[in-house]
Amino acid sequence: MDEEYDAIVLGTGFKECIISGLLSVDGLKVLHIDRNNYYGGQSASLNLNQLYERFRPGQKPPAELGPSRDYNVDLVPKFIMANGALVKVLVHTDVTKYLEFKAVDGSFVLSKGRVEKVPATDWEALKSPLMGLFEKRRAAKFFSYCQQYNERDPSTWRNWDLTRMTMHELYTQFGLDVQTIDFVGHAIALHQNDAYMMQPALPTVQKIKLYYESMMRYEGLTSPYIYPLYGLGELPQAFARLSAVYGGTYMLARPDVEVVYDEAGTAVGVKSEGETAKAKFVVGDPTYFPDKVRKTARVVRAMCVLSHPIPSTNDSHSVQIILPQKQLNRRHDIYVFCCSYSHNVAPRDKWIAFVSTTVETSDPQAELAPGLQLLGKIDERFVEVVDVFEPLEDGTRDKAFISKGYDATSHFESEMLDVMDMYRRITGKPLDLGKGDLRKRQESQ
Amino acid sequence: MMVEQLVQSKLVLLGEMGSGKTSLVQRFVRGQYFENQESTIGASFFTKTIPEKHVKFEIWDTAGQERYHSLAPMYYRGAAAAIVVYDITHPASFERAKKWVWELRQNVQNPSLIIALVGNKVDLAEEARQVPEADARTYAAETGLLYFETSAKADINVTALFDEVADKLPKAAAPQQPSGGIQLAEQAAPPPRKAACCST
Ligand SMILES: Cc1cc2nc3c(=O)[nH]c(=O)nc-3n(C[C@H](O)[C@H](O)[C@H](O)COP(=O)(O)OP(=O)(O)OC[C@H]3O[C@@H](n4cnc5c(N)ncnc54)[C@H](O)[C@@H]3O)c2cc1C
Ligand SMILES: Nc1nc2c(ncn2[C@@H]2O[C@H](COP(=O)(O)OP(=O)(O)OP(=O)(O)O)[C@@H](O)[C@H]2O)c(=O)[nH]1
Ligand SMILES: [Mg+2]
Repeated sequence: MDEEYDAIVLGTGFKECIISGLLSVDGLKVLHIDRNNYYGGQSASLNLNQLYERFRPGQKPPAELGPSRDYNVDLVPKFIMANGALVKVLVHTDVTKYLEFKAVDGSFVLSKGRVEKVPATDWEALKSPLMGLFEKRRAAKFFSYCQQYNERDPSTWRNWDLTRMTMHELYTQFGLDVQTIDFVGHAIALHQNDAYMMQPALPTVQKIKLYYESMMRYEGLTSPYIYPLYGLGELPQAFARLSAVYGGTYMLARPDVEVVYDEAGTAVGVKSEGETAKAKFVVGDPTYFPDKVRKTARVVRAMCVLSHPIPSTNDSHSVQIILPQKQLNRRHDIYVFCCSYSHNVAPRDKWIAFVSTTVETSDPQAELAPGLQLLGKIDERFVEVVDVFEPLEDGTRDKAFISKGYDATSHFESEMLDVMDMYRRITGKPLDLGKGDLRKRQESQ
Repeated sequence: MMVEQLVQSKLVLLGEMGSGKTSLVQRFVRGQYFENQESTIGASFFTKTIPEKHVKFEIWDTAGQERYHSLAPMYYRGAAAAIVVYDITHPASFERAKKWVWELRQNVQNPSLIIALVGNKVDLAEEARQVPEADARTYAAETGLLYFETSAKADINVTALFDEVADKLPKAAAPQQPSGGIQLAEQAAPPPRKAACCST
């Protein structure tokens, strides 16, 4: 390891592995290290034995739960928008060949105390109790405006400048009522709270477009989401393989690894087991840079094993349910996420449900109650409260490029923004997903 | 006419750096050999069909992740066969091969996984052999492995190795994944069906 690299990456979480893969593809010499003896860090998927080791040290999982290795339980559960940035990166890097994906059955939303399906077809929309008849007409006009909106074509703007007009004003233009706004903002634009209402409308309109385009992206989707077989832990592994295929060196199980700084405080390498590796810069998750990050939030997550699908989700094998903050008198939404043996994350006839939110009180577990109530009988549950950190600096000065922690949202869009921003800060250029994918370069047949 | 279905089988390569994994695959897939085969970078996924045996191999090379023993579980996932390579001129690579066999048994759920132990560089046997063939054969027999001595360089036993692995694969198609997979790289569904949330 006493060698010189272009980049050293610490931690094999989802974001670090994507960055490592992209840098290796760019031709940089990368050393990628993890303190754990497994890939994935916070974004690993654990089997049942590993879950018990983590949450019930000293206890053995009961036999009723089935074989340990049939479980792949995400520590940070999230679905993937079918037309989102992550899919574009997966296709661009041709990492898809290492992974298999399946559609997520449905997306649901809590509205007036009931769990309702977010309509996936016109017919469902027509029958949906989410809106009254006249409201549906107003909503249809609003959706149609969002869908045809094109930043580069003023004829689609209707003379509104969405970079200035707030989202609240845009809703008002269409006369949407409070329930509709709640549903649109949280279940479709996927905002975590209502702060967006007073901000320019453009980003929200783009999010609504993304939802629609994701829905259309693959034949037969009944939600805008997809999810990999065997859990999200496959993603870091796939990108790590990409990095290795392009020459990246991998070292796991280095518990003592730490960043080395020079007198000026610039990251110049890492040391572990008495050896030092030098690099032009160091990338990593916040846990490797304790003095360079600050806590921004706490997230509480419950992972539950069920022997049935979540009631009121039409027996779906994979669903998301969003509980908008306003419906619960909270400041942050609660997310429910469920998948099953149909995505190879649990033994036959078992479902894994996650409930998560951003902590607002001194009793985080209690905050999950509205989500947990929806699950029916819970066979086993594990609850975790984790701190979310973000870097104090952007890395250009001290050559320490640090990722943000994983938020409570149930999808990857905000995480991908962080990845793309890190890539830009590190390389000084935006990530170009436009240039043809890498398949031809890698195809070896 | 009855058309027999091609069985797609994932085959993983394991073994010490420099034992000749990539050279064996190059020889098998392309009939080529390079004296200065570079340590594997840039291409680590090969496919090769043996039509007579109705097998399509999807061959995974280690991409150097094994150097510090850092292979990901994904590498083994769904493997139908594994080829564990050592260099007959390097006893340490034989010891390492035994570790890989153990690790495979730990990591692969498939009870019918076929493992072939391969002593490569047999063209050097006369002047430089360090691992006696009998030792390796005994170990392979005790452990339930196929055993071959090959040379990627002189093209000895390479076809025989892959043919034998193909013959040993279960005749029935491998247990299928739950259906309904999505091909991410596929173009967008052409005529947009009318979706509810935001269509006109
Ligand atoms: C969650 C959700 C998402 C949606 N997403 C979309 C979308 O993406 N695209 C989209 O097009 N629509 C969307 N809608 C709206 C819904 O799809 C529309 O209701 C649907 O397009 C049917 O439109 P319609 O013109 O038939 O209207 P409806 O309001 O169902 O009216 C049917 C017909 O009756 C007439 N009519 C309506 N009310 C009366 C009345 N009181 N008296 C007499 N005549 C009346 C109307 O003029 C119309 O011709 C959504 C609705 C929901 C709840
Ligand atoms: N004499 C001889 N040399 C061989 C044979 N097979 C491979 N080599 C040489 O051994 C060296 C290593 O071969 P590779 O195929 O790169 O080995 P590898 O196991 O893929 O190595 P890594 O990718 O680094 O893990 C190269 O110089 C090859 O030319 C063989 O059958 N006989
Ligand atoms: Mg190689």
